[in-house]
Parts: sequence; C-alpha cells; structure tokens
Amino acid sequence: MIRSHVLICGGTGCNSSGSAHLETALEKELAAKGIQDEIKIVKTGCFGLCALGPVMIVYPEGTFYSRVQVNDIPEIVEEHLLKGRIVDRLVYNDAAEGETHATSLNDTAFYKKQKRVALRNCGVINPEIIDEYIAVDGYQALGKCLTELSREDVINILKESGLRGRGGGGFPTAMKWQFAYNQTADQKYVVCNADEGDPGAFMDRSILEGDPHALIEAMAIAGYVIGANQGYVYVRAEYPIAVKRLQIAINQARDYGLLGKDIFGTGFDFDMDIRLGAGAFVCGEETALLTSIEGHRGEPRVRPPFPAVKGLFDKPTIINNVETYANIPQIILKGADWFASMGTEKSKGTKVFALGGKIENTGLVEIPMGTTLREIVYEIGGGIPNGKKFKAAQTGGPSGGCIPASLIDTPVDYDSLIAIGSMMGSGGLIVMDEDNCMVDIAKFFLEFTVDESCGKCTPCRVGTRRMLEILEKITDGRGEDGDIEKLEELALTIKATSLCGLGQTAPNPVLSTLRYFRDEYEAHIYEKRCPAGQCKKLARYIIDADKCKGCSLCAKKCPVGAITGEIKSPFTIDQDKCIKCGACIESCKFNAIYKK
Amino acid sequence: MKSLAELAAIRERMKDKVVLREGVAGTRVVVGMATCGISAGARPVLNTFVEEVNNEGLADTVTVTQTGCIGICQYEPVVEIFEAGKDKVTYVKMTPDKVKRVVAEHLKKGNIVSEYTIGNAQ
Repeated sequence: MIRSHVLICGGTGCNSSGSAHLETALEKELAAKGIQDEIKIVKTGCFGLCALGPVMIVYPEGTFYSRVQVNDIPEIVEEHLLKGRIVDRLVYNDAAEGETHATSLNDTAFYKKQKRVALRNCGVINPEIIDEYIAVDGYQALGKCLTELSREDVINILKESGLRGRGGGGFPTAMKWQFAYNQTADQKYVVCNADEGDPGAFMDRSILEGDPHALIEAMAIAGYVIGANQGYVYVRAEYPIAVKRLQIAINQARDYGLLGKDIFGTGFDFDMDIRLGAGAFVCGEETALLTSIEGHRGEPRVRPPFPAVKGLFDKPTIINNVETYANIPQIILKGADWFASMGTEKSKGTKVFALGGKIENTGLVEIPMGTTLREIVYEIGGGIPNGKKFKAAQTGGPSGGCIPASLIDTPVDYDSLIAIGSMMGSGGLIVMDEDNCMVDIAKFFLEFTVDESCGKCTPCRVGTRRMLEILEKITDGRGEDGDIEKLEELALTIKATSLCGLGQTAPNPVLSTLRYFRDEYEAHIYEKRCPAGQCKKLARYIIDADKCKGCSLCAKKCPVGAITGEIKSPFTIDQDKCIKCGACIESCKFNAIYKK
Repeated sequence: MKSLAELAAIRERMKDKVVLREGVAGTRVVVGMATCGISAGARPVLNTFVEEVNNEGLADTVTVTQTGCIGICQYEPVVEIFEAGKDKVTYVKMTPDKVKRVVAEHLKKGNIVSEYTIGNAQ
C-alpha cells in the first residue's frame, strides 16, 4: 500500500538540470531500503520554479525540495521517507519568507499569490497516465457538453465567462467559436496553435508536458460546438518532450474511446493529430500556421477571409492557443461565473507568465488578471538579484513593448498593457535592471524579427532590416541627428502596411523604448555614450592614475598596442586604437582599470 | 468509451490514488519512525495504518505520516492522532492488530481506544 508520493518534475527545465537521473537513483535507493512498495514515484509536468530545478515534492507532507542532486537521494530516503524527518538543507528557501522558510510549496510567496487554472494539473498528475487526469475530473467537461449541453449552451457559457485568447491578441474565444459555428460546410477543423515562438515564453510547452489531456478534452469540446470531427495540434519540433507526451495522451484517449467514433455513445466523432512545425516564428501567425499544416511554406495569407470562414484547406476553422484551451474544461465544470469572478472587468480569469531576466524566481507563474507588475516582480518573483534596481519589464516578446519602473503599479491585463504601449502577448515577461541598455534590447528583438520575417511582404522584409541598421549604427556610436525620427517614420509605416501580425507588431519594441527611454537613444547618438554600459563600442576603458602601479602587464596583454606608459608610472589607453576587448581589465592586478 | 458511467468508474477507482497529493487532510496520524520506533516495529504499524485508512475509504480525510523520536522510547511504537479542535491522542506500544481497532473505532467512529493510550500505559 502506498503511503507517500514523491513527485519529480519531468518538465524540460528540470530534465535539463538532471531530473531523469533522480528518478533512477530514487528507485534504486527505495529498493535498497525495501520500501519500494510504499512509496510511489510520480513524474509530473512543470511546477514553475524552473530556476531551482531539479525540484521534488514529497506528499502527504507536501515538502518542497529544490536543486536536488543524485547524491542527495540516499539522505532523502533514509531521513524523510523512512524516518519522517524533513531534510532541512534541501527545502526551498523562500527569500521573501526570511528565516522561517516554508516547507510546503503552497506556503511560499512564489505560490501564495498564484491562482492555477490552466496549470492546475502541472506538477500534480503524471501526464503519461490518463487515469490520473480522469481522477482529477478529467473528461468530465467533455461528457457534460456531449450529454447535457447544446452547442449553443457551450458558446453562451464561454461568452459569459469572458475568456479571451491567451496567445497574444486577446480576441474573445466565444466569438471565434460562434463564427465557425455559424458556417455551413461539409467539413470543419479545430486547430491548436502550440507554435510557441516568443523568446522566453514556455507556458504552452509546460501545459503540453504537464497536462496534455486538458488540451485534447478542450479540442474535442470545440469540435462538438462548431461541428468538426478532426483536430490538429501544430507544435514546434523543438519541444520533443511535449510532442512525445501529447502523442502518448492522444493514443491513450483513443484507447479509451475518448477520441474516435461515437464518443460516450452520443454519435459524436472526433479525432486529432499532431503536425510538427520546423521552428519558424511566423508559423505562430494563424494563417501562416494553417498554410504550413496544408504542406506549403509557412507564409501568411490576407485576412479576411478569416479562418473561421475559410481556414484550413479552405474550410471553416477555429484556431486557439494551448493555454486558452486549457482553461475551457474548467469553465464548463465550474461555470462561467466562477471564471468571471477572477480578473478585471474586461480581462477575466488568469494568465500564465514566464518570468525571466533579472529576477530571483525565474519560472512559470499563473496569476489573476489585473495583478500589478509590482506584485509579480517583487512578491512572486522575489525581486531583482544583487540589490539592483528595477528598470523595466518587457512583455509580449518581439511584438510587445516595455513597461518602465514608473508604471510598475499598472495592473497586468489586456487593455491596460495596450494603453501603455505594450501588450500581453503570449506571456513572456522579461525583467531588466539598471545594467540593461534599452537601445540594445530593442536591437535584440529587431534582430529576431529580421531573422524571422518570412519575406512575403515588403514593409516587413525590407523595413525591419532598415530599422535594424539604424539601431546598429546607434549602438556602434555612429548615430546621427535625425535617426530617431527616421526610426519612428519607418516604424509607423511598417505597422500600417505589413501583411500579418509579425510585421504589424515588429516595430513595437522600438516604439515603446523610444516612448519611455528616449533619453538613452539621445545619449547614444549625441553623447556617444551608453548609460547602462552595455554597448561595447561606446564603452571607454580608463586607467585610474592613482591606482596604477605602472607594471605594464595590461600593455603586454593589449592585442592592439593601445596602452602605453613608463614603467612605475601610470599608463594610459589610446581611445582611438582601443577595440574594447576588455583584456586589460582582466589582466590588471590592482583593479586600476574601469569601464565607463 | 461508451458512457459517462465508465468514466465515473475510473474516476472513483483512481481518486484515492491521487488524493494524497492534495496536501495534509483534516486528521493526521503521525507514526514515530526514529531508530527506536523502527526497531520496536513501527514500520508494520505505519503500513497497516496506510492500508486500513485506504480500505475504510478515509484517505481523503486522514493523512498518515511519520515523524522522528518523540522521546518516550520505552513506549514505542508511538502513534499520535491530531484532529482539528481536539486534544491530540497518543497511542503507545502499537501493533498492526491494535492499529485495526484504532482505525475502526477512533478514526471511523470518533471513539478513542483509551486502553491503548499513554495514560493507561503509565
């Protein structure tokens, strides 16, 4: 009889920090102690605290262990699993809790403010066992829809819940379904956009890895509502664990008859397949994604007609994001009112964010809409490491914008973010501190869009490249008067004339950094100076004459002979010759060289 | 799957198997599992508790867990039962047979088996 469950995170983050080895080590140790029949090892999806991986939870106590290594396993087995004594040194030390650290994950500041709806089963069930999903009310919502609710009822529930698309645009989900429902056609399709492309965002991957059946259930519900019997999940091939678990889940659902013919004896047929994307960012744009499923090069089409009217193989199609689908079974079971009770007036429910950048708790968090950025960064995220100051947060990836420190009390919801020139996007949230150069950040995102532009329309193909060239000029110290104005003009033109969402949003990082950090652009252009000290070509290496002993070591290390001086008296660096390689700083034994 | 009843059956069968992960439930049964407890036979006591609690369908209200040495080694195996709003009950010199009675009478019906408690042992 099982008396304890040990949950080991099997998400991509913890896998790469070695969680698979923990499982084998644990199995071996349990067998050595003869308690393998009392303790169950459960490989789950992501818990969210990826920076602390590999993570492990022991139930029934709910003890949360972080950064567990293979050689910690004997101690955990001997002390905790055999004798019931928690191994204190491995318990996650919650910075915000101070000395009285919580042993249970649910009591940590990281979890307390969270509300897990889309992620509710991630880190709780074994995603490769359909019975575990069924145990936590899985497929009940599909059963309810097929046997109790009419197709119109389901649309009404979604409408009342206020659910909006979680992939970035925030379009009301019920409306999308209504459009496809209204069409008459011999064939319709349900598509899931799992081509998560924003740098830093990985919530869709985590749901696929941690709770794949939630997606299958929701897509079957969508099929019932719009009258489709075939679904496709378009997922990037770079997500091998997600693809594998989703395939296992689809096979299990088929074995149980939860996919296939005559589901629950109601006469409703639905099946689904996976389509792998090759990692082009543009394929996250819905029309390009559909084109790619059809077997063509992933290029966007002109809208209208919208996919709900003429989508996959020219048939009416709904296409929703993974996180959007993951909310739907819960809404059906718990009701529209329950869902609408969370969030703000126009943004209902919760949103998952991938916290990254200069923040203590990097990982995945799910919070009610309307939570302020301050709460996310300081309470859930644990603040900025090394006592640095918060400068800005970037949301929405290459399509979004930044939120400066002055707006840190902005509630995070669709409309508030748009009002301040950013966007929700798919939920990447990158925190930046005083060492980040905002011009450099804008350049980083533009490099990404230039790489990823499919080239079909001119504004995006040529326009973004011209913008990038100007940004490179500015960060190289060759910026000139008028560059900012040129950037703005190009940005507005590209936004207005690009074919698809990729181009229409590509200038956003530039526009929003210009809006809040124009002074940094000006410092680069007019003073040839990078205030954050990030832009290498604008950096100046200087020898402090008071500290320099005149040992000549730096002069010997300098690859271009830019450093000269008399032995035993201070040396100097010729700024015209200096290539800013930093070799001198590393060589100096007296900390006499600094970067400005 | 041809009916909702099939789904419900799987759910019922599986529910007890995942309930452990919902965290500590209302009533806690704590078995002393230090070296002294183990050598006095705490392991079969612990395992019998887990089995009986599951067999009696109490898994969603009772959590069985271990702890270290309570300090009364001569009375091991020691089991303490904590219920919200009630004084804790300490059972001593437990055996698997005694466990069955404690589960049936104390955990199920709410009647303390006073002959096994520490008060009677002293």
